[in-house]
Amino acid sequence: MSFMQINDLKVHYPIRGGFFNRVIDHVYAVDGITMEIERGKAYGLVGESGCGKSTTGKSIIGLEKITSGTIVYEGENVTNRRRDRNSSYNRDIQMIFQDSHSSMNPRKRVQDILAEPIRNFLSLTPQEETKKISELLAIVGMPEDAKLKYPHEFSGGQKQRLGIARAIATNPKLIIADEPVSALDLSVQAQVLNFMKDIQDEYGLSYIFISHDLGVVKHMCDYINIMYKGRFVETGTKQEIYNNPQHIYTKRLLSAIPDGTPIGREERKRERIIVEKNYQQEHAKYFDANGRVFDLVPLTGTHLVAATTSMAQVKEGI
Amino acid sequence: MRTSEELLKIRDLHTGFRIGDAYFDAVDGVSLTLRENEILAIVGESGCGKSTLATSIIGLHDHNKTRVQGEILYKDKNLAKMTEDDFNDIRGLEIGMIFQDPLSALNPLMRIGEQIEEGLIYHTDFNKEKRQARVLELLNQVGIPNPERVARQFPHQLSGGMRQRVIIAIAISCKPKIIIADEPTTALDVTIQAQILDLLIDLQKETGAGIILITHDLGVVAEVADRVAVMYAGQIIELASVEELFANPKHPYTRSLFNSIPQMNSENEKLNVIEGIVPSLMKLPRHGCRFAPRISWVPESAHETEPQLHEISEGHFVRCSCHEHFYFKGEKEDKHHELYANQ
Repeated sequence: MSFMQINDLKVHYPIRGGFFNRVIDHVYAVDGITMEIERGKAYGLVGESGCGKSTTGKSIIGLEKITSGTIVYEGENVTNRRRDRNSSYNRDIQMIFQDSHSSMNPRKRVQDILAEPIRNFLSLTPQEETKKISELLAIVGMPEDAKLKYPHEFSGGQKQRLGIARAIATNPKLIIADEPVSALDLSVQAQVLNFMKDIQDEYGLSYIFISHDLGVVKHMCDYINIMYKGRFVETGTKQEIYNNPQHIYTKRLLSAIPDGTPIGREERKRERIIVEKNYQQEHAKYFDANGRVFDLVPLTGTHLVAATTSMAQVKEGI
Repeated sequence: MRTSEELLKIRDLHTGFRIGDAYFDAVDGVSLTLRENEILAIVGESGCGKSTLATSIIGLHDHNKTRVQGEILYKDKNLAKMTEDDFNDIRGLEIGMIFQDPLSALNPLMRIGEQIEEGLIYHTDFNKEKRQARVLELLNQVGIPNPERVARQFPHQLSGGMRQRVIIAIAISCKPKIIIADEPTTALDVTIQAQILDLLIDLQKETGAGIILITHDLGVVAEVADRVAVMYAGQIIELASVEELFANPKHPYTRSLFNSIPQMNSENEKLNVIEGIVPSLMKLPRHGCRFAPRISWVPESAHETEPQLHEISEGHFVRCSCHEHFYFKGEKEDKHHELYANQ
């Protein structure tokens, strides 16, 4: 059963202009997203830059004001609620940022950075707090003496692991990871991904994994949501998305990913050009007159694709 | 791959940066050849010296803080010994460069057309009409729709992919023989990346230029490269054709890298993690196998004292002999015992 439901979430930014600086239009950064989060599962949000995937993550955790829609967490509506500093929602939902360096106060030592969520949410004695910090460092595989160092003394991968340590300090239920490995080298990336999987298994964590790298998402996630212009174009289990993509945009995205082998690259290039051509030609079929993505229509229990109802019926006929 | 002439020959190149009073080599004894009609990829993680190698070739480093030794031969000229003035005759005309970040490589106050024209003004004696015709031709060539309009626009009015196309147009404006592309698609989305890479391949086929592609992304390498050089800690540790390298990687570092890519079908397996960290420039081990500290379970006797590149099959070079004895931790425990038993 899902412990969190996100219903028709919208984040619109006003564009001001004209004589009295009135609102003349809106940017539809997130435009109607529905998700359910289950325990121990990982959900991927994939899309190109500017598609609204980071805004979705930020609005879920409360860093972005929600225009309309609801977030229900364990039966309680938490949308835009002015929450207590130590409310359970703030404790249970944590975030890992892309740039771990700028997400840490450079003038604080690691022990103070890690102590912040602990002091906010868990009332521990100083001795218990020290013990907890040591435990956290041990979980992310950092030496004990890291406590007394400053963020700049660590490498990128180490800093990202400190970011994870901070996120798991309060035993959260859901971690929103916004491009957690895209700034890291391959070997370091592997380390961080392995580690995120380990703690997921151990603590039954759920992830919302925001990334533009489909290889990483496939490795980490159970469900994948493909996003375009603030809306989902296709959602499903990763097998459904990878083996049976339905939406032209998903196909285009998948065909653009390097395959990791030089064999058959000529054919892949030809295929890419065909898909791109189809994308241009059939654009009208998949997007409405304003270029907006259609509403999702279920194909199977878990696999939903954006289409007009008539198109979905045709597909079912096949 | 067509057989072709050698364009650029690099012999035992050392590029060092001054830290305090001493120079530390970031590129440490690299020898490479770039041929006509080929895309040579240089792969490695951050800090391995791949970008330093590129800036050494085109002379873009800070001369006060950098020392370049060795030979970079282009048409019998040694680029490593050139002065800034000499370089100005070569940059753009003979060697073009494509930068990673298309926004910071363009002048925000100049129109796109003027920026492309700059190289033409410097290197050719075209008159104004001819130059402008060439600008439009170039914009068309790199797949920019409506070139007349784009030529009058400023960089901020274009998307990331379009800006990168403009950078490519500038790089190829004088039909250089060599193009150096330093992470040309890292800042771009995958769909745009695919388009830019396809464009690079098409341009290369048209012009017959040699391209040095610097990247950290093995996926990109697989899509476009003809030959690949893998760098670690300032040295080339493996060099082979792209088919050979992907089918038959030899050096422990190359194999470890391949094993740490999240594969499309590797779902629940653990990714390989390379132990330890890349040593910093000042702490680089200057003797012995530089990768040895990161594969500590391989006995010391497996490494050479002064590792050399060995040609193990035609065109496939591997540094150090440790690849013969390498195995991943956890696999082939018996091989481990066998090795120790023989000692």
